[in-house]
Amino acid sequence: MYRLLTFCLIMFFVFSCTKSAENIETNSENVHAHNTEINSFSSTDVKMVYIKGGLYKPFYGSDTILVDVKPFLIDERPVTNAEFLAFVKANPQWQRSSVKKIFVDAAYLKDWKSDTELPLNADPEAPVCFVSWFAAKAFAKSIGKRLPTLDEWEFVAMADTDTPNARNKPSYSDAILDLYLEKDRQYKKVKQSKPNYWGVYNVFDLIWEWTDDFNSALTTGDSRAGEYDDKGLFCAGGATSATDVLNYAAYMRYSMRTAIKANYTIANLGFRCAKDTLITN
Amino acid sequence: MNTKNFMLLAATAVVSLLMSCNTNEGTKTTSTTQSPIDMVAEGEPEMAEVTGAPNVPAPVGNRGPKKWIVKLETTEIEGTIADSTKYTFWTFNNTVPGSFIRVREGDEVELFLKNAENSVLPHNIDLHAVTGPGGGAAATTSAPGKETSFTFKAINPGLYVYHCAAPPVPMHIGNGMYGLILVEPAGGLPKVDREYYIMQGDFYTKASSKKGLMEFDNDKAVAENPDYVLFNGKKGSLLGANMIEAKVGETVRLFVGNGGPNLTSSFHVIGEIFDNVYLEGGSTISHNIQTTMIPAGGSAIVEFKVDVPGEYVLVDHSLSRAFNKGCIGKLKVTGEPNPKVFKANTLVKE
Repeated sequence: MYRLLTFCLIMFFVFSCTKSAENIETNSENVHAHNTEINSFSSTDVKMVYIKGGLYKPFYGSDTILVDVKPFLIDERPVTNAEFLAFVKANPQWQRSSVKKIFVDAAYLKDWKSDTELPLNADPEAPVCFVSWFAAKAFAKSIGKRLPTLDEWEFVAMADTDTPNARNKPSYSDAILDLYLEKDRQYKKVKQSKPNYWGVYNVFDLIWEWTDDFNSALTTGDSRAGEYDDKGLFCAGGATSATDVLNYAAYMRYSMRTAIKANYTIANLGFRCAKDTLITN
Repeated sequence: MNTKNFMLLAATAVVSLLMSCNTNEGTKTTSTTQSPIDMVAEGEPEMAEVTGAPNVPAPVGNRGPKKWIVKLETTEIEGTIADSTKYTFWTFNNTVPGSFIRVREGDEVELFLKNAENSVLPHNIDLHAVTGPGGGAAATTSAPGKETSFTFKAINPGLYVYHCAAPPVPMHIGNGMYGLILVEPAGGLPKVDREYYIMQGDFYTKASSKKGLMEFDNDKAVAENPDYVLFNGKKGSLLGANMIEAKVGETVRLFVGNGGPNLTSSFHVIGEIFDNVYLEGGSTISHNIQTTMIPAGGSAIVEFKVDVPGEYVLVDHSLSRAFNKGCIGKLKVTGEPNPKVFKANTLVKE
């Protein structure tokens, strides 16, 4: 019992740290509102795909809780190096030398030749990585978009090439797992593989992706705790609370999300944008 | 029997019981009565020596409790699993098993876990020697390129497995993410001539998208049907030029762990009898053991004196694993024959 308490406390602190980072960001956005707007830029021609949404069962949580995912639009592919380069050119406050250190860790845009030059040998059409959650949010905001929520992202990720929900097919999890075992996929161009049922590309095969609420209801880094507590989301997770224990690929995504903080920048972590829609057909 | 005699007999029995208890205490090598929690780790933290199998760091000897820094890096690398077959291993410090850590009870360890920048996945470490949530797993979950740390006090002497506990755990372990940490009792383990580090693991493989490279097969792992059962992560890791060695008359101590993820080992050395086995890596010492069970996620310390030269074969005595799946190694003993102990007779004519 004491161990559990200590653990919860630790997780609480971790969580509260992340929270305070968000608060800082909110404050800073206010500052931006008064001083510098985030500038939009012209080079994003990415197609957005309409996802009609529906009831979906989160990977973690009670079997009986279904989440209603409202219709939304999502980029058909991850944000590319070229697009992020255009963003930092239009928004110097997000260039490597001038970015506020609270928003990114030391690896932000690692290996870029300069503030406005991509890394040597980087493919402009490959997904951008080494970007923090703050940076991803700023990018999305600059073009009137937002990051997808975890539920929206996972809703799209339930699809294989033929069906909107392929979770029960053994081939679905196996195929993703095989992809996850391969290294250095993030250097490949986007849209070179088949899109899924919705017409969304590169859901699994290139990078991990930020979601807006990546640090909400997750497993802990230790997946075996076997506890689910809807009051304190930070103590949630574990093999017994997963709705599909053989969905190894989903475990890995959740594991990744628990390992990151909003200022982290990582070699194989990028993002794509989403947007609300009023269309409901 | 009258009452007086009975009392005398009873008293004798009690005394001899006490004495035999004392004898057991002696072989358990525990000396102080101070709780390891209250032992003060002296001085500034020093970088601990860690080693890849089959080597182990120097014994702790008589030193007092100290502070240590242990650095481990998690990596995902291509390596050779058997003959010319490549496999994508996940490791601690680029070896399977991971680096051997050696401390004593009362030591304070600050463990740093760095996940290599080119890792695909997050990793962490659960050390069975740690008293605390997840054995450190939650505190050390590290995204690719990131480093985490936590501090623990070693309070229970014994030989302990450590492993990655990031989900899916069987896959991380199945790819080789395990190792051993030895916590010696105060005063150290009794001195021996040779010490080696051996760890068994079961491997589940299938072809990957890359030619000639095998990768983890989830279905085989769930079915607990491995293609390979191996000592030290590679077929032949203890054969040929890699045999472990000893000389006639020497005492040998093997620190044997079993990473699993699934199989229990029936560890046996063909042609030897274990003089001492620290059962399950703990403090109880059993004697004259032929085969000792080592659970997945468990260990044993076995000791024996080598009296006769020759090649002694280390196996999991679930023998299909040894002869069909690679779980075989050798100890080469050199020196003078000892016909009093063993002599091959010439063929008796018919």
